[in-house]
Amino acid sequence: MFKFILNKIVLIIPTFFGITLAAFLFVRLLPGDPITILTGERGVSPERRAEMVAQLGLDQPLLVQYFNYLLNILQGDFGQSLSTHRPVVEEFFERLPATLELSFFAILIAIILGVPAGIIAAVKRGRWPDHLLMGVALTGYSMPIFWWGLLLIMLFSTQLGWTPVSGRLDIINYYFDPITGFMVIDAWLSGQEGAVKSALRHLILPSVVLSTIPMAVIARQTRSAMLEVLGEDYIRTAYAKGLPTWRVIGIHALRNALITVVTVIGLQIGTLVAGAVLTETIFAWPGVGKWMIDAISHRDYPAVQGGLLFIAMLVMLVNLMVDLMYGWINPRVRDGK
Amino acid sequence: MSLLTVRNLSVAFPTQNGWFQAVEGIYLEVKAGEVVAIVGESGSGKSVAMLAVMNLLPPTARISCDELKLDGQDVLTMPPKQRRQLNGGTVAMIFQEPMSSLNPCFTIGYQIDETLRIHLGGSKKERIERSLHLLDLVGIPDPKRRYQAYPHQMSGGMSQRAMIAMALAANPKLLIADEPTTALDVTVQAQILELLLKLQQTQGMGLILITHDMGVVAETAQQVVVQYAGQQVEKQQVAGLFKTPHHPYTAALLDALPERAPAGDFLPTIPGIVPGQKDRPIGCLFSPRCQHAQALCHEQQPLLQALPSRQAAWLRCHYPLNLTTEAVDG
Repeated sequence: MFKFILNKIVLIIPTFFGITLAAFLFVRLLPGDPITILTGERGVSPERRAEMVAQLGLDQPLLVQYFNYLLNILQGDFGQSLSTHRPVVEEFFERLPATLELSFFAILIAIILGVPAGIIAAVKRGRWPDHLLMGVALTGYSMPIFWWGLLLIMLFSTQLGWTPVSGRLDIINYYFDPITGFMVIDAWLSGQEGAVKSALRHLILPSVVLSTIPMAVIARQTRSAMLEVLGEDYIRTAYAKGLPTWRVIGIHALRNALITVVTVIGLQIGTLVAGAVLTETIFAWPGVGKWMIDAISHRDYPAVQGGLLFIAMLVMLVNLMVDLMYGWINPRVRDGK
Repeated sequence: MSLLTVRNLSVAFPTQNGWFQAVEGIYLEVKAGEVVAIVGESGSGKSVAMLAVMNLLPPTARISCDELKLDGQDVLTMPPKQRRQLNGGTVAMIFQEPMSSLNPCFTIGYQIDETLRIHLGGSKKERIERSLHLLDLVGIPDPKRRYQAYPHQMSGGMSQRAMIAMALAANPKLLIADEPTTALDVTVQAQILELLLKLQQTQGMGLILITHDMGVVAETAQQVVVQYAGQQVEKQQVAGLFKTPHHPYTAALLDALPERAPAGDFLPTIPGIVPGQKDRPIGCLFSPRCQHAQALCHEQQPLLQALPSRQAAWLRCHYPLNLTTEAVDG
């Protein structure tokens, strides 16, 4: 098991360098450049422009630029945002808790609803609950996220008035300093009455929107994993022992099905960040997704590069945790090679 | 009193070409302390019939039965929950593939403990003690260590021993062993069989042994049921069956035993294969492969008849061998 983890960790290093290169090249492939955006519509004289380009080091060959960038990263310097002139690290980690909070609730909803839906569909295979649940899952999976988000806002915020349209908190009624950055926890720590409720009310729609695709994927994956496991010999053994059906399905079958489901959940956490970009834009959620969109439209090279790199590292960290859980769930991996 | 009474059990599975009759008209009677062997080629419905008795067939299977009693209780009219509780408690089953029959995610100890908890109850400490005792009983060395082992850490033979321990956990009155040694090494096969028989005798259980090894049958069973293409073709006491087989299929099976073949010659075989769903003959199911088949055999299915000359013997044949009378049902 130790060797297994070590292998995974060692693999992170080349991935890290690959991502720096990809991020570096991608932002430069975008049409336009930061100078044009910084100087605005009226533009500046060619001399001033050349001066600015040199100041940002953009006049040097790409290879030199990349090498300098890498050198700085290795010294822990991720550069400054071109639009705010604040360190990228600071800007990113200031907004990260908002995204983490949203993603956490989204994946929670996706698991709580997706796994049981998959189990029910597998047990009722070929009958109406199966068709219904898998139909809903397919619809959810195919739904464009921004459209789905707008639909929910129209129904629950505009028509019914149950939830707010955007933001993280009712800032007219509540104010407190961020301690953890997680609004629900901060609201609870502030002790202000109704603050937690307000935070949750703001959280619910974006989480549901963000959870839709992972939920559909988890439900479908759970179903197929359960179907495979339910045909195994040890399920027959469990029935032969006289175990009640819920125990055979909920413990003997599910535990084995979870091995594949956990992998899928881990992969979904990665795609959550991609989904968060859209969801945060729809709901004006002040997280890293929205920040990245802004950085891209400003051609803020250091911010985009830094953001991509941090998000990628985060996803790798999650995958590493999934691998560790794998060993815990699947005993065969534990004494493994 | 008999532990198991089966009268006219049939099982059919839906296929794309209609119903496939996997088991047809099975009669079985097992008493306490008795070993009954069921023999037959692959696809003769031995396992399916026993899975039907255990209520382990998929819900798509169509099961019909005139009478099915376990330990004197009518299983057919029993509510599902009560029926379920008989499994593991009154009747237990072990399977052909010990490695895949154990859940890879749980320790051996956990899986034995589950059976104990459901059927016998008792405190955690008592249950652990009994589990260790059971592991010791089935000949697993170092039970304390094996209690915490996962199935993948054990060999096939060890796994089958653990399966037996699990099956015996709640003191079942009847044990059904479905080819328990087929997947094991030859050297281990004899050990497992010996163990099963020893336990059967000390616990006074009834034992149904599904096998296709005639040698095993001769050494272990009191009663032998021969099955062919889902039908019972012959049932006799073991000595009688080996000495005077009445059904040509039984006789052919015995002739194919290396021990019985004349030295230096080729081993006799039975030409052809068991009929499938589409090529089932109109008459006797064995008639296309039977050396002794006559016109009647190809036209009309023989019925299962009691043999008056022998105790509890049944036969399904128009022209039985080794009988003084020509035909039983004339």
